[in-house]
Amino acid sequence: MEIVRSQRKPADAAVAPALSLYRSAPALEVRLEDFELFAIDRLRGTIKTPAFPISRVFLVLQGISDGLSRGKKPDEMEKLVSELWRAHMRHQDPSEEMNKDIISHFVLRLVYCRTEDLRKWFLSMETFLFRYRFRLESPESQRLLMSEFQLPYKAISHAEFETVKDKLNQVARSTGPSSNAETLFFKVPFEEVPELVAGRRVFMLKGFAYVAMNQVVSLVATQFRSNLSKALVLTNRKWTSTIRDKEKNRLTPIVEALSTGYLGPDYSQPKEFSEISLKDIDQLASSSFPLCMRHLFDKLRENHHLKHGGRMQLGLFLKAVGLKLEDALAFWKSEFSQKVGAERFDKEYSYSIRHNYGKEGKRTDYTPYACHKIISSTPSVGDHHGCPYRHFSEENLRAALGKMGVGGRSLDDILDKVRSRHYQVACTLTFEAVHAASCDSGINHPNQYFEASQKTLQTTRQATS
Amino acid sequence: MDTNENCLQYPNQPEIFGCCDRILVRREHSSLVSHSSVPFKKGKGEHRNLRLLPTLRLYPRIMTKEETSAERDDMQIDERDLEHPQVSTIPRGFSADYLKLYYGKLFPHADIYRWLSYGNDGKHPACDHSYFGRREFSFTLENDIYIRFQSFNNAVDMENSIREKCPYKIDIGPVYSVDPAKRHAYAQSGNNVFAPVERELIFDIDMSDYDDVRYCCSGADVCLNCWPLMTISMKVLDTALRDDFGFNHILWVYSGRRGVHCWVCDGRARRLSNEQRAAIADYFRVYKGGENNVKKVNLTGPVLHPFLARSYTDVLKGFFEGKLLASQNLFASIERFQKILEIIPDESIASELLDKWQGNRRSSISKEDVNVVRWEQLKHVLQSGKQKAQGLRRCVEEIIFTYTYPRLDMEVSKHMNHLLKAPFCVHPKTALFLILDPITVAIIQYLLLEELNMSGMRSESEDEWERTSLGKSIKFFRSSFLSPLLKSCKEEMESLYNSKVKQSKNALNW
Repeated sequence: MEIVRSQRKPADAAVAPALSLYRSAPALEVRLEDFELFAIDRLRGTIKTPAFPISRVFLVLQGISDGLSRGKKPDEMEKLVSELWRAHMRHQDPSEEMNKDIISHFVLRLVYCRTEDLRKWFLSMETFLFRYRFRLESPESQRLLMSEFQLPYKAISHAEFETVKDKLNQVARSTGPSSNAETLFFKVPFEEVPELVAGRRVFMLKGFAYVAMNQVVSLVATQFRSNLSKALVLTNRKWTSTIRDKEKNRLTPIVEALSTGYLGPDYSQPKEFSEISLKDIDQLASSSFPLCMRHLFDKLRENHHLKHGGRMQLGLFLKAVGLKLEDALAFWKSEFSQKVGAERFDKEYSYSIRHNYGKEGKRTDYTPYACHKIISSTPSVGDHHGCPYRHFSEENLRAALGKMGVGGRSLDDILDKVRSRHYQVACTLTFEAVHAASCDSGINHPNQYFEASQKTLQTTRQATS
Repeated sequence: MDTNENCLQYPNQPEIFGCCDRILVRREHSSLVSHSSVPFKKGKGEHRNLRLLPTLRLYPRIMTKEETSAERDDMQIDERDLEHPQVSTIPRGFSADYLKLYYGKLFPHADIYRWLSYGNDGKHPACDHSYFGRREFSFTLENDIYIRFQSFNNAVDMENSIREKCPYKIDIGPVYSVDPAKRHAYAQSGNNVFAPVERELIFDIDMSDYDDVRYCCSGADVCLNCWPLMTISMKVLDTALRDDFGFNHILWVYSGRRGVHCWVCDGRARRLSNEQRAAIADYFRVYKGGENNVKKVNLTGPVLHPFLARSYTDVLKGFFEGKLLASQNLFASIERFQKILEIIPDESIASELLDKWQGNRRSSISKEDVNVVRWEQLKHVLQSGKQKAQGLRRCVEEIIFTYTYPRLDMEVSKHMNHLLKAPFCVHPKTALFLILDPITVAIIQYLLLEELNMSGMRSESEDEWERTSLGKSIKFFRSSFLSPLLKSCKEEMESLYNSKVKQSKNALNW
């Protein structure tokens, strides 16, 4: 951890934000036990997952991650974050709280700096948390923080405001009836506010975005994120070059242990005993595949083709299920050759299957997609991937569930969850309906569904034999 | 940033191709002819003047300019063959020899080099002479062999390599931090030192993504009735890229098969990160949905964002009502109008209209086109004062957006390392390419045959060559795109250099 600047001393306690920018590592001594404890508290959440060791179960950041993937609405998320923070980070003494905040953040930087995936996840969650806490600050303290981030944007003049007033109004109204009339706007190069541009929440003119005061959070969050991103890369460099070795008997085992299990098993290594053979695959699809994979599988059998997104989602899933590379090639070939011919399959498609198994190119062994990734994908024309609970119309979803044998009361419950955007809960309910058994852990990953299904079926088989 | 007066603003069309959209289409067993389509509003109700392009003839035989109808029938390449080319219809030796000639005499190596150097090929002290060498190219060779990470230090190296390898397709990738040929040396450190640093902002619109809303063609086929979907997409995007994002140097290219590519070449665009590219792509995204989602356009909110409103008023509405309704017969049969009715979230309204139209005999409808009549009825029902429900407020717009709004391939735009086919590439089997401005389109088929005939005459009369389609394309590329771009690059480079010099002078003064 490097020292960038000494910590800013708050001049006026009333105005000074309680929010740290984590610019510099604290010059504090931290006991080793507190090290792990603070980090765990910060990561705490409210989801029980028996698969994980108890000491690592509850995570604030995990809680946020979970809430987001369940499609919680913004006001629900705010409530959730506030509960999580209160439950795990609050301290009577505000300076103690500040300490815990800062220390735990830096500890987690060590934990999450080490791979691209870890960094990406940590960045997203910390930024989300930051945004939520920024909104709670007063306008003066927000402006103070803005200047901390060196955002030298001046508010637009009254004259300029008059010329674009109508368009600004139009944008405000287009984003929702609850937006209040704003009169303070900043003119900002669009590169600084990608989220606002992406959501069409700002008026755009000749490369500038007109950002309302209440959207300033986005500006600051982008800077926060970019600073943290750079810091994580530096931390990683330092970790691999000096710290890891030096701390091999002290911090290193804790740090490495802290990061496994928090994101859940990623199913990148199929278990030894779970190899499946081609002749079983149809039967397995109808008994144990979650709806998203079942749909892709059926469409593949029907059309003898899938577009890229579908090939990735299904292909990686099958890999984790235990389909060996040779079998995978045979399977995809048997379907695709009916549409494009064997030769074209060999030429155009087999490469990417081998790529998925880490046999080509930079030889990364790609990990199968977890639910949150599938839910946030963007299927387009001709695509069948994505999460059916999110991406299907109600009618199509009804039909698809019917094909799985789900009906009646169960179906209604599931559709209810879908309407309130609890997609993973809907999938869990589907599991329960299909297997006539409960699923305590909640579905986070298609391969988790598959394994749970196989386990349940095996238990049933044993019970009846 | 003020608009560069030399830059291409689509209302001020260069003379070469005339204005408004022109489409040269190969009708079955006939030669290429030019057609006009309905002029579009320029925003203030003006209609552009239509100008005719000369008719192009197909030359089915090598080396002869005459054509007989028998020969013509033999040598037509069916559009369907684009998917499954049958080698038997193309004379052997055609591909390799003509490619060689094409790359030897016609392919504009120097212009491509000048373009992609962005001014760094000059003598100015601020020029970065490593710049061009850090650009990745990829070649697809005969027998579909694909080679990546090709790079060249200068125009001569590039030309020699292309002429030697005769690629069927050339793709352009990003500019990397180091020469791609040296990438392995940097990959070991694991710090991502080999990474893209510049890349044009690109868009890809593919006609086959519109298969669910066009009934005239599907897949790789394109015709007079559905091609306008491309031109209006270009209009919508081009306007937004200039007016909303402030970009000036935009190149639109026919992708050689069934769609268009857009290259935004401003320095500011080239330096965008992946996240910023994704943001722009999302700004443009309206149509959402895979195969299983019925309602693919959702326009929530009491009013539209100014970008969508402008696109709707200036381009989409007029096109839908004035052209698409009739040319695609959107209401003429039950399957077709069912598709539109599915977009209406209110069951009772949808079934009311369904009953009304199912019961209607063609003869009982007045002389007016059935599509127009039914569309008016639908609008009347949805927009009448009775409809206060949220979901219905924007339904008419949603329908129009569903059928006409541009459908982008998001993945192409989001990543800096995405490779895209180079302009002026000619595939010997299809032999189709064109350069176009947002309004005008010219498709040249059997380019090699015609142009090679012409190029033989080049030394005798420069005029003749320039009046060929390739000549025009290159001239257009140079005057409307390349010159303004390079001028702007030079200015940018000079001002940056001057300010650096000034800074160091000030430092010395201490």
